[in-house]
Amino acid sequence: MSVLVIADHNNSVLNVATLSTITAAGQLSGDVDVLVAGKNCQAVADSAAKISGVKRVLICDSDICEAQLAENIAPLVHQLAEKYSYVLSAATTTGKNLLPRIAALLDVAQISDIISIESEDTFKRPFYAGNVIATVQSTDSKKVITVRATAFSAAVSTDTAAPIEAIAAPVESALSKLVSEELTKSERPELTAADIVISGGRGLGNKENFKIIEALADCLGAAIGASRAAVDAGFVPNDFQVGQTGKIVAPKLYIAVGISGAIQHLAGMKDSQVIVAINKDADAPIFQATDYGIVGDLFKIVPELIEALNNA
Amino acid sequence: MKILVPIKRVVDYNVRVRPTTDHTAVEISNAKMSMNPFDEIAVEEAIRLKEAGIASEVVVASFGVKQCQETIRTALAMGADRGIHVETDVELQPLSVAKLLKAIVDKENPGLVILGKQAIDDDANQTGQMLASLLNWGQGTFACGIKVESETVVVTREIDGGTQTLSLKLPAVITTDLRLNEPRYAKLPDIMKAKKKPLESFNPEDLSVDITPRLKLLEVTEPPKREGGVIVDDVAALLDKLRNEAKVI
Ligand SMILES: Cc1cc2nc3c(=O)[nH]c(=O)nc-3n(C[C@H](O)[C@H](O)[C@H](O)COP(=O)(O)OP(=O)(O)OC[C@H]3O[C@@H](n4cnc5c(N)ncnc54)[C@H](O)[C@@H]3O)c2cc1C
Ligand SMILES: Nc1ncnc2c1ncn2[C@@H]1O[C@H](COP(=O)(O)O)[C@@H](O)[C@H]1O
Repeated sequence: MSVLVIADHNNSVLNVATLSTITAAGQLSGDVDVLVAGKNCQAVADSAAKISGVKRVLICDSDICEAQLAENIAPLVHQLAEKYSYVLSAATTTGKNLLPRIAALLDVAQISDIISIESEDTFKRPFYAGNVIATVQSTDSKKVITVRATAFSAAVSTDTAAPIEAIAAPVESALSKLVSEELTKSERPELTAADIVISGGRGLGNKENFKIIEALADCLGAAIGASRAAVDAGFVPNDFQVGQTGKIVAPKLYIAVGISGAIQHLAGMKDSQVIVAINKDADAPIFQATDYGIVGDLFKIVPELIEALNNA
Repeated sequence: MKILVPIKRVVDYNVRVRPTTDHTAVEISNAKMSMNPFDEIAVEEAIRLKEAGIASEVVVASFGVKQCQETIRTALAMGADRGIHVETDVELQPLSVAKLLKAIVDKENPGLVILGKQAIDDDANQTGQMLASLLNWGQGTFACGIKVESETVVVTREIDGGTQTLSLKLPAVITTDLRLNEPRYAKLPDIMKAKKKPLESFNPEDLSVDITPRLKLLEVTEPPKREGGVIVDDVAALLDKLRNEAKVI
C-alpha cells in the first residue's frame, strides 16, 4: 500500500497545503511518494524531498507541465497510479481541478475534502456547507482523495533528503493552453496559512472603506479575507473569499468585521481557534459562532482597536 | 452550436440540514428544493450565448427522482429550449453522473457542456472534470468569464492565487463560479410557455450506464458545536480577553 501525493506548487515554492496532505498520506501508509510536475521546478522537488515522511520524489520537469494543465498532468498520473493504492492532493483549486480527471481515468470515485482518516477505506468529509459530516467508505480498489489542509497539521522539514527521480514528460494534449495569469500580489501572510485573519464583509460599504481592514491587518501581521458579498461588490479580489465556495481557513484568530455569518461563510472559518465578530446587529448569526463579540459600529470600533494596538 | 447544461435538484441554500435521528442520512424529506445555484448560473450563461447568436440550442439535463422534472421546467422557463430527464431513485455520485452525461453527449453532440462547479449538497466539485476526462475534452473549471471564438473558447478561471485564462479547443467542458453572471428570474408567461417545451425521459439502463455507488455513506453526524461565546463591552475588554484568556495575540 503506497501513496502518491501530487505536489501543489508554482514551479518555485511548495504550497503549505501539500505539507498537510503529506501528513494525511502518512496516516495511510509508510510509503509516501511525491510527484512534482512543472517546469524548472527542481527547487520544489528539493524541498519536497526534505519533508518528513516522504520516501521518494518524482520530478517531471518539462515545458508540457509548466502550466500544470489537468489535460496534460492527468494522463501522467494515470500511468503512475498503477503502482499506488492512493492518489492524494490538497483541496486547492489546482487539486480540485486535476484529481477528478484522474479518478475518471481510473474509473474510481473521488473522495473530496477529507477531514479525517478513520481506516484504510473510510474517511470523514463535510458536506452541505459543513452543516453535516459524512463518514464514507470507498469500495474502489484505488482511492483518489483531496485533503482539507486545515484538518491536518503540516509535515515538517528535516535535514535528510529522500531520493529524487526524474520521470519522462507526458504527451501534450493540445486540448488547452494557458493564455495568461493575474496573480494577486501581497506582502501579507497567505490567507490559508496565516495565524491571524481579518475578514471584511458588505458592512464595509465600499472599497475605500475596506482600507481600515488593511490597517487592522497590518497592526496584527494578519492576512485579509472577505465574504462573498464583499468580493462581489469589488472591495477585494476573488481569491480573498472565505467560505463554502471560497477558501477554508482555520487560523488561531479570525476577526469577522461587518459580516452577517451566513452558513456559506461559516463553512470556511468555523474551525478557527478563536473567532471574534464586530457587527452592529446584535442578532447577526455570526455571534452564534463567535468566542468574543462586540456589538457596534465597525467604523468606530476598528479605529479604536487600531489605536489601542498601536499604543500597546 | 448546441449547449448542454446539467442541472441538479438540491436542498435550497437557505436550509440548514441535520442528520436523521438514526444518523444514517441527511434529513431532507420536508426541505425546500431548488436548482443548484451554480447550475442557474450555467443555464443563464448558455441562454446569453444563445441570445448573442453564438449558441443555436440550449438543452438542460437533470438526473434523479421524478421531481427533477420541476427543476428542468424552471430552466425551460428561464429560456432553455429542451429538457432531458434520466429517472432513478438510486443515489447518484459524481462518477455516475459523469457517465450518464457522456452518454447524453454521445447522442446530442453539443459544442459546449456548462456545469456548476459544485453541487451545494454533496460539495463534491467533481462532475465537470470527470466528464471532460471521459470525453477527452479540455476543461475550464471555476469560470468567471467565457468567450467563444470560432474553434476555441477562452475561459477565465478563479484560482487560489487570483485568476487564470485558458484557451480550450472546442468542444469543451466548462464549470461555473459565482461571479460569471447573475441569473435571471423567469417571468410568469415564460413559466406557462415552459410547460409546453419538450422534455424527454430515460432510464439509466436505456443509456447502458452502470450507476452503482462506489462510496457507502456509513454515518452522518453534526460537526462539534462551538462553546457559547460572550459579548464584550468595548475594545479594551476585547483586547484583554484576546491577550490574557485566549492568548492569541
Ligand atoms: C451557492 C452559494 C455559495 C456561497 N458561497 C459563499 C462563500 O464561499 N463565502 C461567503 O462569504 N458567502 C457565500 N455565499 C453568500 C452568503 O450566502 C451571504 O450572502 C454572504 O456571506 C453575505 O456576506 P456579508 O455577511 O458580507 O453581507 P451581509 O449578509 O449583507 O451582512 C453584512 C453585515 O454587516 C453588518 N453591518 C453593516 N454596517 C455595519 C457597520 N457600520 N458596523 C458594523 N456592522 C455593520 C450588518 O449588520 C450585517 O450583519 C454563497 C451563497 C450561495 C448561494
Ligand atoms: N444529478 C445530477 N443531474 C444533473 N446534473 C448534475 C447532477 N449532479 C451533478 N450535476 C452537475 O455537476 C455539477 C457538479 O456537481 P458535483 O460534482 O456533485 O459537485 C453540478 O453543478 C451540476 O451541473
